[in-house]
Amino acid sequence: MITVRDLTMAYDSFVVMRDLNFEIAEKDIFIIMGSSGCGKSTLMRHLIGLQEPAKGTILYGNEDFTATDPAERGAFTRRFGVMYQSGALWSSLTLAENIALPLEENTRMTGKDIRDLASYKLSLVGLSGYEDYYPSQISGGMNKRAGIARAMALDPEILFLDEPGAGLDPLSSRRLDELILRLRDSLGSTVVIVTHELASILAIANNSIFLDTATRTQGATGNPSELRIHSENPAVRLFLNRGEQPETPTEIPT
Amino acid sequence: MPKSDAPPSARWTNADDKVVLEISGDWLRDGPPPKIHGPEPHQVPDRYVTTGLGTFDSILPAFILAQFRTVNPPTGTPLEPSMEGLPAGLVGLLELALAVPEEIDANKDAPATSDIKKLGKASIRVWESLHQVADFTGQAVISMGRFVTGRAHFRAQDFWAIVQECGVRALPIVSLISFLIGLILAFVGNVQLANFGAGLYVADLVGIAMVREMGVVMTAIIMSGRTGAAFAAHIGSMKVNEEIDALRTFGFNPFDFLVLPRLLALILMLPILTIYANIVGILGGMLVGATVGIPPVLYWNETLSSLDMTTASLGVFKSVFFGAVIALSGCLEGMKCENSSAGVGKATTRAVVASITAIIVIDSGFAAIFTILDI
Repeated sequence: MITVRDLTMAYDSFVVMRDLNFEIAEKDIFIIMGSSGCGKSTLMRHLIGLQEPAKGTILYGNEDFTATDPAERGAFTRRFGVMYQSGALWSSLTLAENIALPLEENTRMTGKDIRDLASYKLSLVGLSGYEDYYPSQISGGMNKRAGIARAMALDPEILFLDEPGAGLDPLSSRRLDELILRLRDSLGSTVVIVTHELASILAIANNSIFLDTATRTQGATGNPSELRIHSENPAVRLFLNRGEQPETPTEIPT
Repeated sequence: MPKSDAPPSARWTNADDKVVLEISGDWLRDGPPPKIHGPEPHQVPDRYVTTGLGTFDSILPAFILAQFRTVNPPTGTPLEPSMEGLPAGLVGLLELALAVPEEIDANKDAPATSDIKKLGKASIRVWESLHQVADFTGQAVISMGRFVTGRAHFRAQDFWAIVQECGVRALPIVSLISFLIGLILAFVGNVQLANFGAGLYVADLVGIAMVREMGVVMTAIIMSGRTGAAFAAHIGSMKVNEEIDALRTFGFNPFDFLVLPRLLALILMLPILTIYANIVGILGGMLVGATVGIPPVLYWNETLSSLDMTTASLGVFKSVFFGAVIALSGCLEGMKCENSSAGVGKATTRAVVASITAIIVIDSGFAAIFTILDI
């Protein structure tokens, strides 16, 4: 569904990551992981078109996203839902209005229907009753959850989540994992998540890319639960085992 | 370790060709500064002697780490120097400090080395700024085009809220300042005109000065500081909070959604505020007139007879342009804002300075044009 070829990301002359090659299949729960500052959020921004690559291509299906003029990318972006690291809720709107705005803009729904839909989305993330609160009146974790609800507003084909679990309590984190799995199973959504939360990664992900800060390129791709034990890259195994490294990768049992 | 009550000291010695660092005394942040004895060899100690060491806080591991770092430039691999002779607690801290190698690429943004380079960089920045202004103005025109053909999307509520904020809520300060300006003009004018027995013409003076220049320019400057700054701060904060990116990814055009309602609101409000300011200014002059013996009715009639429709509408005409300048300046600086709270402050300052400068420059341009057109 999403194919990335020879992607190099840079800020002026500083190369963040080079030569990334990977694929995200439909209905994958795909994790972008790596140590702090390696460029995970930057990669996500490239995938959604907020930054242009220094080199390389990104394809959605067979269509070249990077070659399309930014002003013409509407057909692609309508299929995405994006949740930003701190929620990025529009601060002068209430939570319900935040979810309603994309609905008003992109659908023909009106009034009560929109309000009901917004309430439903908020309830999925455990924020029932907070419809009329402003982002400044709720906590950081609640802002993130509301951001996730807004990302889901249009039932997008591809959901991009930037560190959704950071700062959530363990129970909310577990509920979030379940929500992601349900979205994949019932709506067929593909979910791309930037995260370090190992518990979630190992619980729900089936595909991933590890961005290696030391080499400034990808360290591994594949199912994180398998990489944890079988990856040939010691940095990947170290990361996925929270610092406790098995000496050598064990043989994949035949 | 118990206190030794001795001053902190470090002594470098050589024993059997090995470099030894003897550390003694109490190494405390609020205590006397440590004394270093002996020639400093440029290498890491092979071993330490700490029999005379008393209590210590962070300054001791900081001192030892600094020694390691001066001798070993960062290579990206972890340092593993000898820690023989150091107390266990200190060893633990130093191992932690050395565990993650120094990031080699972390020192970006090397300062420009020469004045010529700085000048060059500054010129490039100025050129880029002009480019951005032209680009932004162009986008504004295209956006207005979309508005006129009904294809621009912004919330009507946002537009009306901005109109209320920069129109109605600005009335108190515009009233105060216009009134005082009219008053000052009349007062200063009267002092001179009374010498020629022409005191009545102060009404003409205030009337013409207000409607041609003072009403519109003072109002525009007030609105620049009040509303232009607010636009820059609001949009700048949205940028820092990624709210503008969120608009983009949800299919909104940030220009149409954020800039257009502000532009339209100021283009609408500034002429209205200018007319209001002109009238209030004249009333200010009328007050001074009353104190020097010009009856208000006479003052008013004299004012009206000195103004014709053309003159009276000059200020209002200019105010449309000033309104656009204030809105565009505030929004542009907000959109360009750097990613920090300090950045929002800078954006606000630049918005106000840029719009005030532009207002005065455009006003001078109009003065020249009106002179040539003889109006």
